[in-house]
Amino acid sequence: MRRVVVTGLGMVTPLGASVERTWANILASKSGARQITRFDASDYACTIACEVLRGDGSGETFDADLRVDHKVQRQVDPFIIYGIDAASQALEDAGLTDMSEEERYRAGVLMGSGIGGLPGIEKESIVLFERGPRRVSPHFVHGRLINLISGQVSIKYGLMGPNHAVVTACSTGAHAIGDAARLIAMDDADVMVAGGAEGAICPIGIAGFAQARALSTGFNATPEKASRPYDKDRDGFVMGEGAGMVVLEEYERAKARGAKIYGEVIGYGLTGDAYHVTAPHPEGSGAFRSMQMALRKAGLDPSDIDYINAHGTSTPMGDELELGAVRRLFGSAIETVSMSSTKSAIGHLLGGAGAVESIFCLLALRDQVAPPTLNLDNPSDGCIGVDLVPHVAKTRKIKAVLNNSFGFGGTNATLVMRAV
Amino acid sequence: MSDIADRVKKIVVEHLGVEADKVTTESSFIDDLGADSLDTVELVMAFEEEFGVEIPDDAAEKILTVKDAIGFIEANAAA
Repeated sequence: MRRVVVTGLGMVTPLGASVERTWANILASKSGARQITRFDASDYACTIACEVLRGDGSGETFDADLRVDHKVQRQVDPFIIYGIDAASQALEDAGLTDMSEEERYRAGVLMGSGIGGLPGIEKESIVLFERGPRRVSPHFVHGRLINLISGQVSIKYGLMGPNHAVVTACSTGAHAIGDAARLIAMDDADVMVAGGAEGAICPIGIAGFAQARALSTGFNATPEKASRPYDKDRDGFVMGEGAGMVVLEEYERAKARGAKIYGEVIGYGLTGDAYHVTAPHPEGSGAFRSMQMALRKAGLDPSDIDYINAHGTSTPMGDELELGAVRRLFGSAIETVSMSSTKSAIGHLLGGAGAVESIFCLLALRDQVAPPTLNLDNPSDGCIGVDLVPHVAKTRKIKAVLNNSFGFGGTNATLVMRAV
Repeated sequence: MSDIADRVKKIVVEHLGVEADKVTTESSFIDDLGADSLDTVELVMAFEEEFGVEIPDDAAEKILTVKDAIGFIEANAAA
């Protein structure tokens, strides 16, 4: 099997419209949670979210005009706009925006989203109901479809290799990177742009997740305190939005062109709980087997892993079960690993989460620092003896990293990466 | 230039994301302004909104230029 490395990174998050801006804010323990501004949420059970701030690109703001065609912006949902921007950043970072025709036949796209164009579906449904079928936008369908990040990015850069997409709820971003790495390993492509995006902060999105009892509702007055993985007072996740994209490249090709290499994807695990649509398996068995599979593929022991970016969404049940699965798999190696949840800072990016968090793992490798878990004031009982990197980032040796993502439907994905 | 022509051009500029000085009366939406067939559907919808007219599909198919649009609206708009 061919080796696969990461040579480009891109992201749009509630803490910045670039990788470096977001990472600096993550390491500075900043929170992106605020009152919802996208619509009037004052009578919703949950009034807070981690929104991408629209603006002129300065500070933390995101300016779609920088990388997304004006006409495309008018036609598509936010998740596609975030996805195109992050993928463009990643290709720019990799120096691959201008590949030859021959190269572009071997360069593909594999991006996904958990939900896709929910705000647009909501809006056009109202148009249909109030004004009839002739007022529905002709761009309605292709502006909402989940595989249209892949479609748009392939058109923008002329990428004619595999054109694929993943839809596995909150595991989407991790599955996209893992599957894309396999396409390169199996010689179906030499370069893949892969990742995930989400933009579902809209009335039906917040109402739906709140009704599923998944969102935090007890911290509306103090949004920056709401996402608190592993803390005793956690009461649900905080909805985030944005995108994370990476450029994956066959190792010999990357080396030959002198590319900057962030790390190598050495392990990928994927399992199913086969238990319940929203609740994780009560013994965390799917999560356990996903991590186990990824480590086996990587040829590593748990003791080789220095940093885990946890799924850790801040829900009462999920955090505990993931921690239990890690504890059982790692045994005594639990004492030497650092494990944190960056969802404490940027909220839960759903389909974008696994990709953004895999990028944080690669930056942890690069900078030899573990990002913090914010708001871990009173660790729950299951946390004893585990370094969850509370409150502040921690400088430490990091040679190999593991990223977990778990989604509704009982879908689990784990990526293991290390420095080359 | 008539008020209708100004309003039509404004809609074209906004929907197709083109420079205002590129849009002349003679401009073809597809050949000159980079529109695709779905964009023209959207333009026709925007004209219907703006001028309170209904443009049936067979008439819409014949609106290919800015001039065609102005002509249809002048002949059919109530105000």
